[in-house]
Amino acid sequence: MAPSGASAAAKPQAWGEHLSATAVRRAGFDPALLLVVPAALFMLLLFVYPFVYGLVLSFEPKEGGALANYHHFFTSNRLWPTIGTTLKLAMPATLINVFVALPIAYRMRQPSPWRRTMTALLVVPITLGTVLIAEGMLTYFGPKGWLSQFLQAAHLYDGAIRLTHNYWGVLISLVVSGFPFAFLLILSYITGIDPVLARAASTLGADSRAQFRYIYLPLLAPGLAMCFCLAFVQAFSVFPSAVLLGAPAGPTRVISIAAYEAAFEQYDYSLASAIAMLMGFVQLLIVAFVLSLRGWFYKGPVGGGKG
Amino acid sequence: MKHDFNELRLEGVTRRFAGVGGNAFNALSELNLTVRRGEFIALLGPSGCGKSTALNCIAGLLALSGGTIRLDDMRIDTLPPERRGFGMVFQNYALFPHMSVAKNVGFGLKMRGVPASQIAPRVTQALKLVQLAGQEHKLPGQLSGGQQQRVAIARAIVIEPPLILMDEPLSNLDAKLRLETRSEIRRIHRELGRATIYVTHDQDEALSLADRIVVMKDGVVQQVGTPEEVYAEPANLHVARFMGYRNVIELPVEGERDGRVTLASGDIRLSGVRKLPLSGTHAMVAIRPEEISLAAPGAHANVIAGRVDNVEYGGRDSLLEIVTPNGTRLHVRAPGRFDAGASVFVHVPPERALVYPQEVH
Ligand SMILES: Nc1ncnc2c1ncn2[C@@H]1O[C@H](COP(=O)(O)OP(=O)(O)O)[C@@H](O)[C@H]1O
Ligand SMILES: [Mg+2]
Repeated sequence: MAPSGASAAAKPQAWGEHLSATAVRRAGFDPALLLVVPAALFMLLLFVYPFVYGLVLSFEPKEGGALANYHHFFTSNRLWPTIGTTLKLAMPATLINVFVALPIAYRMRQPSPWRRTMTALLVVPITLGTVLIAEGMLTYFGPKGWLSQFLQAAHLYDGAIRLTHNYWGVLISLVVSGFPFAFLLILSYITGIDPVLARAASTLGADSRAQFRYIYLPLLAPGLAMCFCLAFVQAFSVFPSAVLLGAPAGPTRVISIAAYEAAFEQYDYSLASAIAMLMGFVQLLIVAFVLSLRGWFYKGPVGGGKG
Repeated sequence: MKHDFNELRLEGVTRRFAGVGGNAFNALSELNLTVRRGEFIALLGPSGCGKSTALNCIAGLLALSGGTIRLDDMRIDTLPPERRGFGMVFQNYALFPHMSVAKNVGFGLKMRGVPASQIAPRVTQALKLVQLAGQEHKLPGQLSGGQQQRVAIARAIVIEPPLILMDEPLSNLDAKLRLETRSEIRRIHRELGRATIYVTHDQDEALSLADRIVVMKDGVVQQVGTPEEVYAEPANLHVARFMGYRNVIELPVEGERDGRVTLASGDIRLSGVRKLPLSGTHAMVAIRPEEISLAAPGAHANVIAGRVDNVEYGGRDSLLEIVTPNGTRLHVRAPGRFDAGASVFVHVPPERALVYPQEVH
């Protein structure tokens, strides 16, 4: 009898606790939010602090006024064209990656053994990293590489093939390293769309092309914008392949090379910070523009049923 | 695509799937069925019996493994779904979430190249038919389940398809809405007169909607008949069980004459109607709970004595579980209230005790 009495007495207390917890939540504070604190601290230490430090540093040049570094960047012929050079590499690479990955991923929207093989194959370049890809490409695409030897042996093309140490080498490497990422991301967006929608569209008279245009594309648009941004940011900060596969003195002197030189060849950390800030600013502009386009599209759930 | 037909003929329609461990199995075997103009057909059967497979084969969403489908004299089983032009309503609605109600309903017309100026009035008319006028500009996510399903129905009928296919369209709705939408479907079918194939696992839905019912089990058709036939004269024990013959009792055969069979064990002696040729010493008798009535004590024919073991009160009547002295259980629906433990006598009308051969295991 006693234990049951005790548990009966404990009950109202538990109820009381429950009520007070609800009351706190209603007042706008959920204790579960405390779990965010470690992550937030981590972000503050590892990201926000270096960012603010760099920002402040960029306004403290070796000589001249607070804006001297920025003034120098936009007046130096060695510095400001790097923005254009980088965009010229990053934009085409991103567009190729996203818009080539899209039709292929669409074709593979149904599960198949083929899709599993393809997915597994594409994960490899992601794990290899850009340096290894660059080394491989030097072997395959160089003037004495396999591709060149094969084309010449087959008499398909007899001229010199220059696919390394220039713009094309870097572009190809950006595609090789960025494509799998774009493909896997888009594939996951596509497989998240309920295939019954396409079946419904087909019973209403939509062929495969119309299903893509009217069902998949609008539902994918926000995901494509996100994928574009991530792929772009990745390509915009290209460094190893621009050095290893490109012509870092000229056509592929990208903005990260300029920042590297300022920091580690001229030991001007302040200028390097300013370049890094500008690099971030350009990325931010493009990302903000692309994400603002998302406002035009439907952003709700992509299922066909209730819920 | 033509807008009407005289006959949709399915001949030997079969669909195989690769099952576990590479064992292919027939999800649908040799379906033969002729759907006439304006007819309402229900495909009825338990979950997994191949109803959706059959419907998807007709819609063109699944390729056949065998057989042919003809619309009058045109063979259609090789056409893709978009060329068959049948309207389809899916179980989970399958509305396009990014399109307004009007865009959803108008989609099929747009795909057919109907000019926008003609789409709008037809969409309005279709929405009026499903009683959703005025909801044109909402997104599907802003509608209730019942409204969404009615949009799905409007979307399927606005293209004036020769045939409307519905795959368990009511199973995601709550009980009250299910009844309402069921009457809606019946009314729309009466108004449009379009042939409809309706998939369901609910025998009440099939009975109340269909002109003819196709009962299936394990991919095989068990019986095709009017609701009255399927309800009163199930072709076999599977159909009987599925149609609500809750009492299925195995008893020794005592005698058989002119289609009348007498079955007897220690405490039960029943005569019933033979539905299929019997073989062996035992037979199965199937009886609906509502066709058994309470009887006065006495040694009448077809009266069974027992004790009330369990009572489910149901308002107008109660569902009783009665146990005979030897432990046979009977389900009986009877008006009034009962107390567990009471002794009762029940009477089984001989013409409603259907006798089938023993099941082979
Ligand atoms: N795509 C598929 N692959 C393999 N088996 C399937 C597939 N679709 C259905 N089946 C199987 O076929 C049988 C019939 O399925 P279905 O037609 O969906 O049944 P119902 O609609 O009557 O519930 C089930 O056993 C199911 O597991
Ligand atoms: Mg089904």
